[in-house]
Amino acid sequence: MKRYLLASILSIVLVASSFGVQAQDYSKYGIGADIPGACSYKSIDAKDYSGRTLNIITHAVPVMGEPTALHAKQFEELTGAKVNVVHVPFGDLFQRIMIPFQTGQAAYDVLFYGSLWIGDLHAYLEPVPAAYQQVSGMKDVTVNYKGVATWGDTMVQYPVDGDRHYLKYRTDIFDNPKMKERYKKETGKTLKVPTTWEEYNEIAKYFSGWDWDGDKELNYGSAEVAKRDDLMFSAFISRVAPYAKHPDVKGGFFFDLETMKPLVNTPGWVRGLELFVAAQKSFPPGGNNFGLGDEIFSFGGGQTLMSYSWDDAFIQAMQSGSRIRNKVAAAPLPGALEVWNRKTGKWDKFKTPNLAPYITWGWTSAVSKLSTNKDMAFDYLCFFSNEANTAHDLQIGRFGVNPFRKAHFDAKFWIEKLGWEEKIAKTYVKTLSDMDLSKNRVFDLRVPGVGQFMSSLAAGVSKALAGQETPQKALDGVAEEWRQIVDRIGKEKVREAYKNVVALEDNLR
Amino acid sequence: MLKYKHFFLLPGLIVLVAIIIFPLLFTIRVSFSSWDVVKPGLDWLGGKNYERLFVDLRFWEALFKLSLMAAGSVLIQYLIGFSLALLVWRDVIMKRFIRVLFLVPMMTTPVIMTVIWRTILHESLGPANDIVRMFGFEHLTWLSTSGMAMFSVILVEVWQWTPFMFLLLLAGLLSLPKEPYMAAAIDGAGPLRTFFSVTFPLMAPISAGAILIRLIEASKMMETVYVLTSGGPGTATETASYYIYIRGLRDYQIGYAASLSFTYLIVMIISLTIIAKVMTRKIIRD
Repeated sequence: MKRYLLASILSIVLVASSFGVQAQDYSKYGIGADIPGACSYKSIDAKDYSGRTLNIITHAVPVMGEPTALHAKQFEELTGAKVNVVHVPFGDLFQRIMIPFQTGQAAYDVLFYGSLWIGDLHAYLEPVPAAYQQVSGMKDVTVNYKGVATWGDTMVQYPVDGDRHYLKYRTDIFDNPKMKERYKKETGKTLKVPTTWEEYNEIAKYFSGWDWDGDKELNYGSAEVAKRDDLMFSAFISRVAPYAKHPDVKGGFFFDLETMKPLVNTPGWVRGLELFVAAQKSFPPGGNNFGLGDEIFSFGGGQTLMSYSWDDAFIQAMQSGSRIRNKVAAAPLPGALEVWNRKTGKWDKFKTPNLAPYITWGWTSAVSKLSTNKDMAFDYLCFFSNEANTAHDLQIGRFGVNPFRKAHFDAKFWIEKLGWEEKIAKTYVKTLSDMDLSKNRVFDLRVPGVGQFMSSLAAGVSKALAGQETPQKALDGVAEEWRQIVDRIGKEKVREAYKNVVALEDNLR
Repeated sequence: MLKYKHFFLLPGLIVLVAIIIFPLLFTIRVSFSSWDVVKPGLDWLGGKNYERLFVDLRFWEALFKLSLMAAGSVLIQYLIGFSLALLVWRDVIMKRFIRVLFLVPMMTTPVIMTVIWRTILHESLGPANDIVRMFGFEHLTWLSTSGMAMFSVILVEVWQWTPFMFLLLLAGLLSLPKEPYMAAAIDGAGPLRTFFSVTFPLMAPISAGAILIRLIEASKMMETVYVLTSGGPGTATETASYYIYIRGLRDYQIGYAASLSFTYLIVMIISLTIIAKVMTRKIIRD
């Protein structure tokens, strides 16, 4: 009898343990291996949210929308919760989030949106609980992206992505001795990766309108996001930053924090716009109507020599099957040898180019204060961005998930997982990680009404690009509109919010 | 005293109030508020939104550009639509097939078709410039210079909505009486004389109706601009609807956008009423 009992117990233990082993095999979800932690597959699998519903609003498929839906389905399977995902085009996303907030409805528990809207949304967002700030994945988030997620001293956004603008260029041209010789002969200058925007424009102009890669198609110098309502304002800020962000002048890049006077029509900004206007000569046909998608195709497809914006064009170029795979590299955005000093009212000359990395907005996430499922919502976000999922998502360009943890700046990841050449992987991670070390960074204008400010900026810049107005006149118009927006929203309200941006830019936090 | 038969009007009245009267009144009320991203709800701002609107040059420019594009595209649609209707009015081979074929563009989804047109007109990668180059010309700046961008918007509008004009005019032609044609034939009128002295005058009321319907629709031009040019280059193709969309949904200035919408509605009602009156008077006089 005893023997039977022992055998039964043993078999139950064996069966139970074999189930345990099966339950821990999460490879069916497409990840390499589960990485232990508070938000791992195993930890989330142990939770039971049966009978509860989580509502999520996110961007349209694929950028951010696809990973949201993918991890929502996994979360459903693991926890038993019902997860509804609503996909919205970018142009409608803000109002679809804002209207329920303003009318007091708990329409969504989890929100995915552009991190620059924090100034408008922070009052409606639940702070990230301390426990989630202590998980391994969150601790590893770089200082820039913790800053992006934080309002005042409170983390209200859950980091799921890291974005910045950087320069992308074709190494098969820049490292080609014949091209170097030809460039030297015809321009008297050495062909090198541009370190100022003037150099960028010169090189781009030289390499425009002829077939420099031998594919019997014309090539061009620069692909830029120049379409008015298609994120062009971000491209413009990248170009302006080194001329207008003086490393020794504190207290505001967009406004003078003391007076809240707009700085958008000061000489540094005007110089940036003049160079943007001049760069149009090096765009491919129709380039001044290029949105982000066109820029990705143009550089990623091998049409242009250089480009700058988010990661997408670089990842597109490096995808397997791309004809320019391993023929591209990343570098910091060009800088400026002359920087406008608004304190002295003069141009200061620099021996080495002034760099002002633009930590541009990217995707972020948050939990609504009105949610009745906050525990489940934070678990979902924690699961979404756990190390295994992020490692998976980083490898799929269309997902729009870019490096935001220190671990992502390990060249080995890109070499082993994506087959990048070592030199390219190293320059890529160095370019990205160096931006975290900069003390002269520019962040987005994270204040209430940011949409109005950026829409006005884009309209003004667009008028200058189209030749409807001179750069100075166009930016004077923008400055006037910004003054009116500040008056409407309230000077103190904007200043209070802008303080947070300046604190990041001036390295006070 | 209400009779029971009046209650039959109730469903219609309820629908009218719910979908027309209430939204309109609500928009008017919102237009007097400062509802935006920081001030939700219906406070009372007085006429400040309207004061701002009167000096908002971008809105008035957008209205002017809209008038140009709407008038231009409807005129071309009328000319092509009338020509096509005349073509299939008489007996031609595969008449039914051709009639259906002409209607295809109208049955497609405007946004999707504009995306396709944007691809066709893409100056680097689209086939339109390949064709232009095949004939030995330089590539055309379809979307990147002001004049051409406006032309491209009109082109897409004409492609999409000419079938509607064609349909109305064909229906008109098919309903024309035969007697005037017989009289014209007896008098020895040729095809041109018959057209200008019989067909065109007889079609005038239908033409006026068709033009008015299309003008009302074209005055709301939005999808084509949104997808094709985003109002650019600069503000060259920015129409009033697109500008209101930017102010309302992008900038989230709900109060101001409501005042723009209401003003736009008033301007449209006045201008379209004048156009209708002028056309009707001309038809009656002729």
